[in-house]
Amino acid sequence: MMMRMVLQRMGIGIVTLFVVSVIVFLMTSILPGDVANIVLGQSATPETLAAYRAEHGLDRPAYVRYFSWLGDMATGDLGVSKAGGATISSLIDSRIWNTVMMAGLVALISIPISILLGLWAAMHPGTWLDRGVTFGTLSTISVPEFFIATILVLVFAVQLKWLPSTLNLTGSETWLEWLRKLAMPLLTLVIVVSAQMIRMTRAGILNVMSSPYIEMAILKGVPRRRIILRHALHNAIGPIVNVIALNLAYLVSGVVIVETIFSYPGLAKLMIDGVQTRDLPLVQACAMIFCGTYVLLILIADIASILSNPRLRHPK
Amino acid sequence: MTEQIVTPSPTQNAAAAQPKQEEDVLAKLDDFAELPDAAPKRKLRLSWVGKLASLVVAFWMVLVVIGPWLAPHHEMDMDGDDSFMVAHSNEYGTFHLGTDYLGRDTLSRVMYGARNTIGIALLSTFLAYLLGITLGILAAVKGGWIDMGISRVNDAILALPAIMLGLIAIAAFGSSIPILIATAGIIYATSVFRIARALGQDIMVQDFVEAAHARGEGIWYIIKSEVLPNAAMPLATDFGLRLVFVVLFISSLSFLGLGVQPPASDWGSMVRENLAGLSGGIDLEGNTVISYAAIWPALAIASFTIAINLIVDDISARSGGSLAQKMI
Repeated sequence: MMMRMVLQRMGIGIVTLFVVSVIVFLMTSILPGDVANIVLGQSATPETLAAYRAEHGLDRPAYVRYFSWLGDMATGDLGVSKAGGATISSLIDSRIWNTVMMAGLVALISIPISILLGLWAAMHPGTWLDRGVTFGTLSTISVPEFFIATILVLVFAVQLKWLPSTLNLTGSETWLEWLRKLAMPLLTLVIVVSAQMIRMTRAGILNVMSSPYIEMAILKGVPRRRIILRHALHNAIGPIVNVIALNLAYLVSGVVIVETIFSYPGLAKLMIDGVQTRDLPLVQACAMIFCGTYVLLILIADIASILSNPRLRHPK
Repeated sequence: MTEQIVTPSPTQNAAAAQPKQEEDVLAKLDDFAELPDAAPKRKLRLSWVGKLASLVVAFWMVLVVIGPWLAPHHEMDMDGDDSFMVAHSNEYGTFHLGTDYLGRDTLSRVMYGARNTIGIALLSTFLAYLLGITLGILAAVKGGWIDMGISRVNDAILALPAIMLGLIAIAAFGSSIPILIATAGIIYATSVFRIARALGQDIMVQDFVEAAHARGEGIWYIIKSEVLPNAAMPLATDFGLRLVFVVLFISSLSFLGLGVQPPASDWGSMVRENLAGLSGGIDLEGNTVISYAAIWPALAIASFTIAINLIVDDISARSGGSLAQKMI
């Protein structure tokens, strides 16, 4: 029963990835019109157009182009960037670890903070502390990421002068220097991601708290603290794992903004540069990496919530 | 057959005869207007936070309509004394919030920006609703293959981060205001579709809809008088949330330099343009100070989006469910 559901989710994940690749391909290769026309511009003659199409295989039907594109993607041949002519895989290779490292650090910092704060707020509902956390997190999720980054720059870089506002990574700094330079982008992302996670953790615990067996525990006089830690938390773990995976997925959009503001040499910055110069092969590759990661994380969230549900683990 | 029956109006007669008593009876009769069949009367009571937030939203909405006429300067006039200058005045007028990176009046640009930022977001949200509700109700009513097809495509779009789709669309089509509106409209139509479809399916099987069917009411009457009044409140709060998402989406794209293009004033691009001023403003004596030209548009976005979220939170807290959480 459970195995079947997990496999089913994985199947849905693969189908989603497939549909995503179709959407990306459609939007970047078919909908903009004739690529040969765009590349060669006004001065193109019918002969040069035909030659360009033949050279790049554009004269083949769309579905053939799609499958050859998909095959190239799957085997790691991501094509050549329009700007500079470097292979896209080499461009991505030099950037992707920066992004992975930053996302990993953010997850490492924000997950414990959010679960603790969420629990804390759920333990004292209706108090000033809870209201403060609720209002603070609501405000944080209501504003754009760049707002938080701008305020942090204003406070920590301009007024207090503690941290640099742009990072000029030289590659030769000690890890302490490196951490100081990275502090501001990390802080921005931690704030953005934590706010979501705190809200969802709090809501998850409060949701469990309204179930009958908790009422029973309250009626038999178990202290509130013990109820939350012994009774509610166990049943909220599933939703919380779900929340964590979902929020790591939200990191994807946070990273785009933060890497641009602080000019961090990550994958997202590469993609934005690609969008600005309309370097479509580069955008395709980056989009597939980001969307693939996103779909994968959502899939993990889905499977985690199935695995943590005892009713599915021990079918009758 | 020209016989005419002239009867005095009964209420007039009665009211003339026994005014006081009759009024009481009429007042009692009014209570029966609240029969299960009658359209539900919604009373919106907001807490003081909600009222304050509504004032903020109303303030920006007024600026969306008349901002350009109220602004002391034109959004593109570079008539300040210098770029990133603190508040000052010269022969062209007063610059209450100082000037931006090209020496334009920050206050005027924030006022013009309301129209671009909120206006585009509103248009996109309307488009998202038009698409989402039409397709959602179509899917709920028709079911079968139509439902399956629309739902699968919808799920795939929903499974992607909005900003990624936005970036792909702009890479493919370039950035212009119609492209922005269409992109945001389509991306956010997916969540509206899900809600509209679920609500439609939910309400169509309710007893009061069946009762209306049994009474012999037509489909339009049912949609107008039974389905819409019950779907209106959840949809209205969802509209607020969706509007916030669209504002964030569009201003993030503008901030990246991929949304509303300069020299048009848009809050997201204004933050980006003026970031350098945070450490490079000048005061009247020419000393280097902080220029808040990037902070004002950022605060404008924040005040608008936070205010809408507070109202939505307030409404859903009062209507008994944590609607906001369910829909995010």
